[in-house]
Amino acid sequence: MATEQSRTAARLMVSPAVILLFLWMIVPLGMTLYFSFLRYNLLMPGMETWTGFDNYYYFITQPAFWPALINTLLLVLGVLAITVIGGIALALLLDQPFRGQGIVRVMVIAPFFVMPTVAALVWKNMFMNPVNGMFAHMFKAVGLQPFDFLSQAPLASIILIVAWSWLPFATLILLTALQSLDREQMEAAEMDGAGWGSRFWHLTLPHLTRSITVVILIQTIFLLSVFAEILVTTNGGPGTASTNLPFLVYSQSLLSFDVGGGAAGGIIAVILANIVAIFLMRMIGKNLET
Amino acid sequence: MGQITLSAVTKSFGEVNVIPPLDLTINDGEFVVFVGPSGCGKSTLLRLIAGLEDISSGQVVIDGKDATETAPGQRGLAMVFQSYALYPHMTVRKNIAFPLKMAGLSQEQQNAKVEQAAKVLNLSNYLDRRPGQLSGGQRQRVAIGRAIVREPAAFLFDEPLSNLDAALRVTMRQEISELHQTLKTTMIYVTHDQVEAMTMADKIVVLNAGRIEQVGSPLELYRSPKNLFVAGFIGSPKMNFITGAEAAREGCTTLGIRPEHVDLREGGRWNGIVGLAEHLGSDTFLKVMTEEAGELTVRVSGEKALHHGDRVSLTPQEGKLYRFDHAGLAL
Repeated sequence: MATEQSRTAARLMVSPAVILLFLWMIVPLGMTLYFSFLRYNLLMPGMETWTGFDNYYYFITQPAFWPALINTLLLVLGVLAITVIGGIALALLLDQPFRGQGIVRVMVIAPFFVMPTVAALVWKNMFMNPVNGMFAHMFKAVGLQPFDFLSQAPLASIILIVAWSWLPFATLILLTALQSLDREQMEAAEMDGAGWGSRFWHLTLPHLTRSITVVILIQTIFLLSVFAEILVTTNGGPGTASTNLPFLVYSQSLLSFDVGGGAAGGIIAVILANIVAIFLMRMIGKNLET
Repeated sequence: MGQITLSAVTKSFGEVNVIPPLDLTINDGEFVVFVGPSGCGKSTLLRLIAGLEDISSGQVVIDGKDATETAPGQRGLAMVFQSYALYPHMTVRKNIAFPLKMAGLSQEQQNAKVEQAAKVLNLSNYLDRRPGQLSGGQRQRVAIGRAIVREPAAFLFDEPLSNLDAALRVTMRQEISELHQTLKTTMIYVTHDQVEAMTMADKIVVLNAGRIEQVGSPLELYRSPKNLFVAGFIGSPKMNFITGAEAAREGCTTLGIRPEHVDLREGGRWNGIVGLAEHLGSDTFLKVMTEEAGELTVRVSGEKALHHGDRVSLTPQEGKLYRFDHAGLAL
């Protein structure tokens, strides 16, 4: 009886928060869904008419859609590859005992606190600028032609910038996982004649799978919606070379003033994110079970 | 083959000298137990033999070959850890097969050896489970299985039974002893439990603060301890130590008598009052506060109904008194 009552009480207590969060999610989603079926152009306000699936049709058939979709996936996969592999390597390094370990660990997390706009601008103006950038100076110092990163390899440059900001996150999670690895297990493997490589492959990596899964899941959610880095560096260009789905939605609704089309793009992005999430959970979600 | 010789081995961690120069020979096929209080360096010594710690100076020779600089995996030794150190994401089969896989054996050879080890250790039904699904004793057996399949020159056990409950500890103790009878391989066993040491060992090495206090068979150590430390460490309950006038009368600084070597008889040498009586059924341990010799522990037959406050008279058995000089050495 007592537990039954306290359970009911608990449900009542948490309900305001749950209801608020639910509204927070469902109102924008419902409105986006509603707008996506309207012919809604900011240049002609008050003239909204019902258009059925036309917005979806035009959003998908525009020439920028497929490049944007592919760019979105490339961006996610590229950043994941760099951060997971780089994160493991850095975590292994930071796990070694050395002087000033504490300070280095704090410094490693620093890039994560630099907001995306600032990070991207710093990279654009101080590193990648073909005239004044540090890379340009380095190229010139060894007698090479400076490379114009953001116009020659725009997507790769953005992947680099985004990976730079997410690498600390991956490193930190993997480092904590690495520190929980049982030392006696490593010693047992050493006694069993396993070299460094086999120990890494058969012990460290399996031990890290759960954390790698967490890193991939969390980063994927955020990487699907990368926007600020693109806006302040390439503006999606040249052409559509660095346009991803969020940026396409932005240009549709705020550069072309087509709110209906943008909303349709937003719904498509939501569906895409869910497909990715289902795939991820199917593939690696079982790692999270004990 | 499994002869291990340590000559002038030392180990220091920074400034702290954990093991002063130490010499020890372990013969092929011997069951040697390192015993001592915690922090005496017994585990460190085992890890030095295993190669998991680097030796500061000296030499480790295994089977006539200098192994001082050899990597742990190449020494031909197998170790069973206190925490078992099983690989949690591998099945029991893969755990046991891991050293074989590292040695590059074929799948059939691996399977054959694993099956054989599993049969010896009663693990055949658990081969496809993971360590997390096994009980403590079973995990222990998997750890031993992983050691057996390598057919090592010597087994090293680092307090392997300390995570088990009392009943299981006795069973596993017997199983390890039987295993030694069957395999006839050198075994080095580290424990702080002198009962384990007495019951299992061919040879006990008593360590204190990194130094070897005495080496000998269990009965040798029991009958003729070289010094106070060994006398106090071997035997349960502890030997009684008497100092002062009573010891001076025997011409020594400290007089030792084991609880089992004191008889209860009227008109004895020491008289006192029972402070505490522990009735174990088979035996009763009495703590007696005597007038002449201070507090003494006495073992009497379990049938004796003695209680707190009873007056008793004690007599040491002939020839069972141990005498130690001022430096703690046996006279």
